[in-house]
Order: sequence, then structure tokens, then C-alpha cells
Amino acid sequence: MSNFKPTLALALCFTLSAPLAVAQQILESPQLGNTVTQMELSELDLIASEESVLPAGSGTAFQGREIYAAKCASCHGAEGLGGAANQPLVGGNMRSEDAPIRTVGSYWPHASTLFDYVRRAMPANAPKSLSNTEVYQVIAYVLYMNGLIDQYKVINAETLLALKMPNAGGFVDMSASD
Amino acid sequence: MSSRKTDASEARATTPTLDSATADLVVAGNGLLSRRLLLGLGLGGAGLSAASGALGADFSMPAWSKQPGPGPSGYGQPSRFAADIQRDPGRANPLYPGGGASRTPLHQLRGTITPNGLHFERHHAGVPEIDPAAHTLFINGLVERPLAFDYESLLRYPMVSRTQFLECSGNSGALFRDAAVDGTAQSINGLVSCAEWTGIPLSVLLDEAGVSPEARWISAVGADAASMGRSIPLNKAVDDVLVALFQNGEPLRPEQGYPVRLFVPGWEGNVSVKWLTQIKLSKEPSQFRDETSKYTDTLADRSSLQFTFPMGVKSIITSPSGKMQLRTHGLYQVEGLAWSGAGSIAKVEISADGGATWAEAAIDAQAGDKSLARFRLPWRWQGNPAQLISRATDSAGNLQPTRSQLLSEKGALAFYHFNAQQCWAVSSNGEVKNTYV
Ligand code: HEC
Repeated sequence: MSNFKPTLALALCFTLSAPLAVAQQILESPQLGNTVTQMELSELDLIASEESVLPAGSGTAFQGREIYAAKCASCHGAEGLGGAANQPLVGGNMRSEDAPIRTVGSYWPHASTLFDYVRRAMPANAPKSLSNTEVYQVIAYVLYMNGLIDQYKVINAETLLALKMPNAGGFVDMSASD
Repeated sequence: MSSRKTDASEARATTPTLDSATADLVVAGNGLLSRRLLLGLGLGGAGLSAASGALGADFSMPAWSKQPGPGPSGYGQPSRFAADIQRDPGRANPLYPGGGASRTPLHQLRGTITPNGLHFERHHAGVPEIDPAAHTLFINGLVERPLAFDYESLLRYPMVSRTQFLECSGNSGALFRDAAVDGTAQSINGLVSCAEWTGIPLSVLLDEAGVSPEARWISAVGADAASMGRSIPLNKAVDDVLVALFQNGEPLRPEQGYPVRLFVPGWEGNVSVKWLTQIKLSKEPSQFRDETSKYTDTLADRSSLQFTFPMGVKSIITSPSGKMQLRTHGLYQVEGLAWSGAGSIAKVEISADGGATWAEAAIDAQAGDKSLARFRLPWRWQGNPAQLISRATDSAGNLQPTRSQLLSEKGALAFYHFNAQQCWAVSSNGEVKNTYV
């Protein structure tokens, strides 16, 4: 009971400046989160974006060719044109006359997405089985198949973010109108 | 029934023959009848249905009344006579392990709550089997204190409950196609369900972590094998988003995100990330694959819309609906479901003549904010071909568009967020089929 009064006083002073609901939440929240460090989260936090730092490592398409053939081609086709999984990684043109095929090369606005997605979700039958270096290598190969880089271009955190995707300007962010 | 208020037209509804009973209750073309007939189905209504009903006339004492049945059980299951009410998971694809969707059998359910075992599913890498004792939900990025929560701790937080729909933005996507698919309400529209979701307001956990002033977005990530991720604007995240742990009173089912999922009211289902393990705060969206490559729509001018979150106002007729067969002429109820990501359902209208004339349907009184509303209207079918359409208006005044309005706005390349009016054609022999008007 001894700390009842201070808590109530805190709640009351919150009600002056904030809606009642907020004060109630502060009163009721049991505050059970344990503080963690980004270090401790490094294996679980897989977000790779322009803002969230991409990991160390690098690779070229030349190095990625074999990984692609061994671990991706069975589903996406030897040339990345779709294959058995019917998920093309290559081709298409957003300016074509007929319905465009939307792929990494033709549609994706950000190169960081390729690292982020392949690391978290591919290969679909063994997600997270590639090392960061292998991810850099195999995505370099996907970019190479799309004609976006040559086979010796080193892809790493910096060069990947610097890569301008063909459809980069093709999206309208609707979130403001929601 | 005897205490109900009567008026002249209801009194007439109690006269003996269907035609004379309902002639003055016609409210729109091709046999749509007044909503008052629903409430006024007194003696006359009962008489009408008995006249056309087909009773198996066995009045002997049934076997189950003459011997005790099994006793109580640990977890109840549906009757084996209702065992055909199923989702439709389709065939497993070894090249997309665990991926795919199953749809709610909307045409076989009544009311507005979807039973947990029949809530639609969409998985990108199957259903993980998560031990809650080994599951972590962490909050990091632009916060004062990155925090990790275990399941036991989450159970001690204050929770709120909301009965709200969840709809995949790919629902009804087949109706974008040029040729009308021959499907059921389930196969065409079954990626929508409604449940009572109970959980912790995300704002409570974010407050505890201390959101930095420059944060504008959260990224939510699941613990499935695809580590599904979506970005959500912070203002929505602190408005009404729940960290949900219970569905219709019981812990989430594994396929709905056990032990913990995000529930984002009114927005496309994909952002309600299941098996929630990470919330990261940032200035910009993370540009996940499922908010760039997928869940985006390309317009005719080849620009593409991204972060099209809210689900538009929509209604569908669940009965009569695709692949049903009307066997006798007479009185039917046209009924269905309506919902809107912008609020509650204010009005549903029904047409039986392909949209030429409309009549207002009755709506269940308890239709709440972002929940499913069930609507109905009596309809007398006398064997004429009919085209049944519903259209909803929500509390924000949005009217459900026609298919041609939607197509002219979104173009032929769109795939997501189909919320246009749908038409079931009833042929003179009683067959019900999806069609375009
Ligand atoms: C077992 C089959 C399989 C294997 C092997 C596989 N993938 Fe995939 N991949 C898929 C499927 C299925 C999808 C679509 C998943 C979804 O939509 O949820 C996909 C999607 C993708 C996408 C996104 C495509 C788009 O346009 O949205 C990329 C990129 C990708 N895979 C890269 C790879 C790479 C690189 C490898 C090898 C390291 C690989 N995949 C191995 C089946 C596979």
C-alpha cells in the first residue's frame, strides 16, 4: 500500500496533460519487458533495408552462379524465368504493350529487398540456410541475370544500396491517404 | 409473436396464399419483398413454409432418444453430420512448402462469427509449431529501451477484446478476370472471416519501450519459416492495433499465429502478422518483399500503388450463392455478409434484376465497427431468371462500387482489393452461378 499514493498522484498528473486512457495504461501496465541489446538480437533481427544496416560480407555473380544452380534453379528455372515454382526472378518490362511480367528486375523498387527476402525466406525448402556471404553471392547472380550488373561487380552493404532499380520511381506510397 | 406491433401490410402477409400474401410487399423487381415480412412471419409465414417444406414423415421415436450417448469430452467437435463444413486447403505444393491458402465456407455458416477452425488461412511457409515457453516478442529500433517479452509476461498485461473482420486483400481477386469463374461464395470470396480478438493494445508495449520522436513506422515480423514481415505506419500502430493472444475466447490456433499475432483492424489481412516475434521502429518502411513485389497494384499507366492498407466497403450474398440449386419455387431469404475497413455497415441494398431496381435489406442490429454485418431480405422466386446483387454503404458514406467502376479505376493489371458488387445469376431451372452484369 505504501506506494499506492505516489502512483495515483502520477496518474492524476497524467490526466491533466494526456487522455485518461493513457494514464490508465500507465497505471495498469505491469512493465514486464526485459531490456535487451541489439547485439543479443543480431541473429533474430533480419531486417535489411536502407535504414537498417545490412550485414558485412560481399559476393559477385560469378561466385553466386553455382549456389543458384544448386539451390534455386530447381524451383525458379536455370535462367530464373519461372521454372516449376512459377515464380520468375528475371525478365519483364513495365513499359511493355501487354501485361508486364513483374520480377526483381522489372518491378522491385529497392535492391535491399532482395537481400532481406532471400536471407529470411529462401530457398523455400531450407530458409536461413545460406550464410550472409552466400546471400550476397546469389543475389548478385539474380541481379546479373536481370542485366543490372556485370558478373564481377562486388555486391555488399554499400554497393547494393547504391544500385538503382529500373522501377525505382514506379511506386506511389498510399499510406498518407489511409 | 402476439405482442408484436402489426400494421396493414403485415396483416395482409397472414393471408393464405403466397401470391396474395406478398403482392403488396414487393419492394423491388423480380420478387424482392419488404423487410417487414422477415419480422412479420407470423402464422402466415409458418403456413407458407409448411406448405412447401418436404418433411420426412417418420414420427416414430428415434434411436438416440432410447439410449444414452457418450459423456462429456475434453474438446468438443462438430457433429459428424456437419463434417462436410470445411475450409478448402487445396493440394500441397512441394515447391511452395507450407504455402497457400484455405477459405472459409461462408455459404454454410450463419451469424457473423467464424468458428476458429474455419477462419481462413494464408501462409507463406506453413504453420510453425511454436512452444510459447521458447517464444520471444521483442521491440527494437528507434526506441529508448529495446525490450523482450515472454508469453507468460504478456498474459499479465491488460487486454481488450474486439469483434472484427479480417480479409485478405487477394480475396475475390478472381473477379478481376475477364471470364466469370464458376465458383462458390467460399471459393470466390472465402478469404474473409470474423472473430473476437483479445489482446494487448500495441501502444501499451510501445510506451514501455519508449518510442523515439523520429520514428514513423513499425515493422512487424513473424517467427514462421518465411519470417513474414510488413511495415505499418506508427500512427495506426498506436491507434487500434492489438498484440492478440486469444481468438473467440481461446488461445490463438497455430494457423492463426499461436502464441501471438498482430491484429490490425480494417486493414488487409497480410499486415496482421502471425507468430509475431519482432516489432522494429524506424523512420521509413522496411520495403519488405510482401509490400513491394506483392500486395501492390499496378495501374493502367504502369505506376503501382503501395501501402494500400484499408479494406474497402464490401458485401457478398452467401445464399443463394454459386453452385447452389433452388429446388422449389416460393419464398427464399437472400442473405449475406457486409463489412468495411472504414467503420460499420450503414445500409445494404439488394437487387434481383441485375441492378435495375434495389431494396434495402434488414441488418442485424449488433453490426459493429469493422465487424461482419449479416443482411437479409425475403425473395419470392417463381422460376424467372434472376440476377442477385448486393451493395453496401458504410458509416463513412462509402458505397460499394460496381465491377465496371472498380475496373475503370484500377485497370486490368490489378489483383488486390477487389471490393466491387458481385452478381449471382439464378437460371429458370434454379441453378446459381457467378456472373458479370
Ligand atoms: C523449393 C522451391 C524454391 C527454391 C529451392 C527457391 N525458391 Fe525462391 N521462391 C519459391 C516460391 C514458392 C516463392 C514464392 C513465395 C511466396 O509467394 O510466398 C519464391 C519467391 C522467391 C523470390 C521473390 C520473387 C518475387 O518476384 O516476389 C525470390 C527473389 C526468390 N524466391 C529467390 C530465390 C533464391 C535466390 C533461391 C536460391 C537460394 C530460391 N529462391 C530458392 C520457391 C523456391
